[in-house]
Amino acid sequence: MKSAVLVFPGINRERDMARALKLASGREPAMVWHAETSLPAGTDLVVVPGGFSYGDYLRCGAIAGRAPVMDAVRDFAAKGGLVLGVCNGFQILCESGLLPGVLMRNARLKFICKDVHLRVERSDTPFTRGYNAGQVIRVPVAHGEGNYAADEDTLKRIEGEGRVLYRYCHTDGAIDERFNINGAANSIAGIVNDRGNVLGMMPHPENHVEDIMGCTDGRGLFAGLVAHLEKAA
Amino acid sequence: MKARVTVTLKNGILDPQGKAIEGALKSLGVDGVASVRQGKVFDIEIAGADKAKAEALLKDAADKLLANTVIENYRVEVI
Repeated sequence: MKSAVLVFPGINRERDMARALKLASGREPAMVWHAETSLPAGTDLVVVPGGFSYGDYLRCGAIAGRAPVMDAVRDFAAKGGLVLGVCNGFQILCESGLLPGVLMRNARLKFICKDVHLRVERSDTPFTRGYNAGQVIRVPVAHGEGNYAADEDTLKRIEGEGRVLYRYCHTDGAIDERFNINGAANSIAGIVNDRGNVLGMMPHPENHVEDIMGCTDGRGLFAGLVAHLEKAA
Repeated sequence: MKARVTVTLKNGILDPQGKAIEGALKSLGVDGVASVRQGKVFDIEIAGADKAKAEALLKDAADKLLANTVIENYRVEVI
């Protein structure tokens, strides 16, 4: 798996992401600066990591979403290339138009930094094939603006097309407002685009991939991507 | 030419920051506040003197960057 990690000013999770990608694929990802207008040849996966691009000025992800490299990412996605956005990366993908909706301020206004449980809604996608449908995984979140919102028609379409891949849940997988940490519509933690090749999620799977991190539940996502690309090759 | 773009949240979009400000105003004893919605104001200096052109430029700026039209409305005015 040849991956490319985008780097914007103010991003701070790119090295965690690069480490997780290397662990899963055995290959060092390319780090791609935001001012680039193309991606390295042969890229299989583009990752938009977390952090605070441009200091979250204007709106989270708004300025990064319009950076030169995003045109290359849009072309890449239009050709079916896999794109993963985590945390600020999810916000950037929404602002760039690659994903519908928007991430609003957390409903209770607090920055949330803790482990949460996610229910994997389906296993038949490149981003979830490392898990079983209905499986509950534990991964950290660290965000102030993760409250997913979209208009009613968009939500209906996303749900109808099975595009919610991850939802905040209880340890047993139950979905309830008590476990919906940031007030997201339908407890949405991660969605894909209509074609299913672009995933945005608020939690950080890259931070639960090694024993020393105390949990390895995030590995499945990366292992699944590697397996998907091997099968495709 | 001076211009102003005002960006506000659409009706029905939850505004937790506005709610917090509303609560603070009430606790400060500012009477008569029914509700607060927070928005943004951009003061922009436009080169040239063509008002219609300036308005078109501001709309373009708002659509491209200043507002996220999924959740926000905007108003442009050339002063």
